[in-house]
Amino acid sequence: MIINHPILGPRDAQEFVYLGDAALIARPDGLAPGAQEAFHDYLYLRDNPAGLHRELWYHEQGDRSWLVVTRNTLTHEITQVELARDVARSLGRSK
Amino acid sequence: MFGSGHYSGFRVIKEALTGHKGWRPAWRDPEPQKSYDFIIIGGGGHGLATAYYLAKQFNQSRIAVLEKGYLGGGNVGRNTTIIRSNYLLDGNEPFYEFSLKLWEGLEQDFNFNAMVSQRGILNLYHTDAQRDAYTRRGNAMILHGADADLLDRDQVRAMYPFLNFDNARFPIKGGLAQRRGGTVRHDAVAWGYARGADQRGVDLIQNCEVTGIRTENGRVTGVDTSRGFIGAKKVGVAVAGNSSRVMAHVGMRLPIESHVLQAFVSEGLKPLIDGVITYGAGHFYVSQSDKGGLVFGGDIDGYNSYAQRGNMPVVEDVAEGGMSLMPMIGRARLLRSWGGIMDMSMDGSPIIDRTDIDGLYFNGGWCYGGFKATPASGWCFAHLLATDKPHETATAYRFDRFRKGLMIDEKGQGAQPNLH
Repeated sequence: MIINHPILGPRDAQEFVYLGDAALIARPDGLAPGAQEAFHDYLYLRDNPAGLHRELWYHEQGDRSWLVVTRNTLTHEITQVELARDVARSLGRSK
Repeated sequence: MFGSGHYSGFRVIKEALTGHKGWRPAWRDPEPQKSYDFIIIGGGGHGLATAYYLAKQFNQSRIAVLEKGYLGGGNVGRNTTIIRSNYLLDGNEPFYEFSLKLWEGLEQDFNFNAMVSQRGILNLYHTDAQRDAYTRRGNAMILHGADADLLDRDQVRAMYPFLNFDNARFPIKGGLAQRRGGTVRHDAVAWGYARGADQRGVDLIQNCEVTGIRTENGRVTGVDTSRGFIGAKKVGVAVAGNSSRVMAHVGMRLPIESHVLQAFVSEGLKPLIDGVITYGAGHFYVSQSDKGGLVFGGDIDGYNSYAQRGNMPVVEDVAEGGMSLMPMIGRARLLRSWGGIMDMSMDGSPIIDRTDIDGLYFNGGWCYGGFKATPASGWCFAHLLATDKPHETATAYRFDRFRKGLMIDEKGQGAQPNLH
C-alpha cells in the first residue's frame, strides 16, 4: 500500500506504524460524569467497519507525523490522507 | 443414524464389491423451516461443531446452521492446521487442553477421517530469558494436565539437524516440545462436524446470509436472511472474522478488530519436517503436509482488513523468518499464499458469552488461534446455548472482562489488537 503523505508525497506503508480507528483522537473527558463507562468504550470497543475506515498511521520511519488515512477495508484502497493534527484541531482539540 | 450411513473399512470393501452404488451425499441440502429452537449463524468449524455437540452431547433438536456461502469456506479452510495446548494463563490453558483432548477422540466420535496427527510441536528458544519463560510455560501446562518437555540444544539437533543452530544473532538454544500437539486435515474437520450434525437432524442451510436479527422486548425472535425470515428461540453467532458486521445488526460494538493473516505453501518436497516448528526469534511457524508442501505463516498484516488477501511486506517478513530459521527453505519455491480474516480481540483471547439481548449468544474473538480451539469452542458454546451457563473451562471468556480488568493477555500487549 502507498500512503500519499500530505507533506512528503507518496510513501510506502512499511514506513508507517498502524494504531487503529481515528476515533481514538476523541479521547473522553476524564472528569465528566460517566467517564469510567466512556473510557471503557473508548479503549476497548471498535466500529470495525467493512468498507471505508478512517484510521491513524504514524510515520515512524519518516517525519514522525500522525496521519488520518481513509481506506477501504474491503479493497485496501486509500482515498484520503490528512494530517491528524488538522483533524484533531477541526474537532476542537489542542487549540 | 440416517443419510450417509456409517463409514468404516468394512463399508469401503462392501461398496467396492457392489460398484460403489451405496454412497450417499454426506449431508442433506434442506430448505429452511419457519422456525427453530436454535439457530447457529456461521457454517464454519466453530458453528458446525456447536450444532454437532448441541445435538449429540446436549440432546437438543430443531437446530439450524445458517451459512452465507458454503460450509467450511472461511477460516477453517484457510489456516495452517496446527493443534496444541501450550498456553500459560489460567483462563486459557484448561480450555485449550480440553480442546486437545477432544481432538484426540474426535475421529471416532464423529466417524470421519480428519487425519488428526499428533506429530508434536516444538517452540524454539534462543536466549536464557526465553528458556526461563518456556520453563514457566511448560510448568503451567503440566499443572493443567497437559504435556510439556523442555529440550536442550542437542535434543533439538537430534530432531531437526538442518536448523540454523549457529545463527550469530539468534542461536538455537533449545525448545519447548508438546508431543501431543500436531496437525489436522482442516477441511475434514468442517466436513466431519457437518456430516455428524446432519445425521442428528441439524439443518445445514447454505447460501443463506443473515441480513438482520429481530428482537422483541429485549428478546431475540429470529433472523432475517437472504432466504426469508426464520424464527428462533435462541441464536448463536459464530462468524469469527465478520463478528462486528453481524453483531452490528443489533447495534453492538465489540472489543474486536478484523485483520488479515496470510499463510503459505511451498511446492511438494520429500519428507523433511515430521512435526511443527515455531521460531522463537521471529514470528514463523512451519509444518509439512502429507502431500509434501511446507505449510507456514507468520504475523498478521497489522491493519484493519476484510479483504482475504494481504500485502507484500508481510510476505517478505515471513520469508525472512523462514530463511533465518532454516536457510535451505530458500531452495523451495512458493506455491500458493492466501489470507483469512481474523477477529483480533483487545487482549488476544476469545469470547464465548451471552449478550444483553435474551436468547442471543456470541462466540468470537479467536485472533489467529481459532482452529485448534474448534472442538472445545463448539462444545462450550453448545453448553452455553443449552444450559445458559458457561462451561467450566470457558468461564473467563466474558464480554465484561475488559470492564472488570480481568483481561487474558498471553502476550501482555494491552488493548492493541494488531500486536496480539
